[in-house]
Amino acid sequence: MPVYLPIAEISVNLFLILGMGGAVGLLSGMFGVGGGFLMTPLLIFTGIPPAVAVATGANQLVAASVSGVLAHWRRGNVDLKMGTVLLVGGVIGSFFGTWIFTLLKEQGQVDLLISISYVLFLGVIGGLMLVESIGALIRRKQGVVRRKKLHQHYWIHGLPFKMRFRKSKLYISALLPIGLGVLVGILSAIMGVGGGFIMVPAMIYLLGMPTSVVIGTSLFQIIFVTANVTFLHSFATQTVDVMLALLLMSSAVIGAQFGTRIGAKLRGEQLRSLLALLVLAVCLKLAVDLVLRPEDLYTIGLLGG
Amino acid sequence: MKASLIQHSQALLFLLTFTGTLLAHTSLSRADGSLVTDISSHLISVTSDFTGTDLLLFGTVRGDIASDGQEHGDIIVVIRGPETEVIVRKKERIAGIWANTDALEIDKVPGFYASASNRPVREITSGNTLDRLRIGPERIAFRELESRSDAVDFKRAIVRQRQAEQLYTDGQSKVYFLGPSLFRTTIHFPANVPVGTYTAEFYLFKNGDLISAQSSPLFIKKSGLGRQIYDFAQNHPAWHGLAAIIIALIAGWVASAIFRKE
Repeated sequence: MPVYLPIAEISVNLFLILGMGGAVGLLSGMFGVGGGFLMTPLLIFTGIPPAVAVATGANQLVAASVSGVLAHWRRGNVDLKMGTVLLVGGVIGSFFGTWIFTLLKEQGQVDLLISISYVLFLGVIGGLMLVESIGALIRRKQGVVRRKKLHQHYWIHGLPFKMRFRKSKLYISALLPIGLGVLVGILSAIMGVGGGFIMVPAMIYLLGMPTSVVIGTSLFQIIFVTANVTFLHSFATQTVDVMLALLLMSSAVIGAQFGTRIGAKLRGEQLRSLLALLVLAVCLKLAVDLVLRPEDLYTIGLLGG
Repeated sequence: MKASLIQHSQALLFLLTFTGTLLAHTSLSRADGSLVTDISSHLISVTSDFTGTDLLLFGTVRGDIASDGQEHGDIIVVIRGPETEVIVRKKERIAGIWANTDALEIDKVPGFYASASNRPVREITSGNTLDRLRIGPERIAFRELESRSDAVDFKRAIVRQRQAEQLYTDGQSKVYFLGPSLFRTTIHFPANVPVGTYTAEFYLFKNGDLISAQSSPLFIKKSGLGRQIYDFAQNHPAWHGLAAIIIALIAGWVASAIFRKE
């Protein structure tokens, strides 16, 4: 059944869009990532103009993360204080990111740089997570119980402006989450994603937050980052397609609810290794596309539209 | 209502630009009524269930031309979509990665092009005439914004990709003569047609000479809910952005509330 999208200006198959939304929603609920790194490429693949895909994807992520965060909230898995501090950084970063994006767009290199940053970040993060989580799974199987210190101490623990995050059982410098927020804000504006796939591992490995709190807290700050991106795109480029967003939302929020339930039943290491595999699969696909000779060496972009 | 208004107000527009060159080839005046044409609708509404549409284009050839020796003249029908400026980028391999290394801006690129004729256009008239009238996707008058020797490769890329998207078609539908003077053809507009002002051009040839030419406008517009959403997004971008966020917040909350009860 075809549906005409007023902003994207093309007809799409209703069930294809609903199916994509549901599948991405399921994964986002399971792993606590917004799913933008899957949704945006999928939308572009169905023929939706990249600018519309990025902006509408962000709009859809607002709904998906609201429904996800409420489910985590009820289980007490959201560190509000940490989320707010991350958000401050995220807002600063997203302005930087938008500026960089505009600069690259003028050079005609924005697609390449998006692809390269995807490959780099997905590759490094996916690889690290996979190695770590498989190691943890093996240790569990062998029954080797290694008493770990609650926190290891690096140089970063010497930074000033220390804050206590009770839910995360952390006492660290506020500069750390703010810096992380800035970094993720920049990347999310450039790559058109919520940034959960970077935020989640960074919170686990860099900040040392407990996995149970990470997902809810990450979703919490993604709501605001994606809402900001939605507004900026709608205001500056009018590329948010509400029709498309509604279709994606309606299926993605349902998918996310199921995903959250599945996620709650899986152990942390299992969850992390699955997410790592997913991240690596997307990375591989993008890397192959960069290296393979494209079907057509020429691409057409609209001007003054 | 709109369609009929446009139909009534529509005068038979002649291709003034071509008249000068045409007069040199033939002594016939353009306004001699040797060709009378119309379209089944001058307005295509793109609603939320738009999946493409077919238009019927028809007309008659004046009796004496139709009955003189040869059975009838030859008809070529061309539909041209709204013109835009595009940038065509070319990729090259750099250190194993395919990257855009070259770009050319090209103007006067129609968003849609379709043609139909009663027999292959090369049999109807000379290549020169086809070139002059821009009949056939490969003869569209693209205008590159910087002149360079390989510009033709960039222009060919546009035609190739638009053909793959079914936006440029050539002789896919045929013009049928019903008796000596009445002719008709249908042109298909796929779901991805751009909105804007189109022109439908009718050419009458006799023994390879252009005898008469006509052009009439054709509009493709968004309508219904899609139109309202589009206008709102264009005219009130800030409110549209806020509305989009609020819709998303409500959608997320509703879904969460529904699942909580279960």
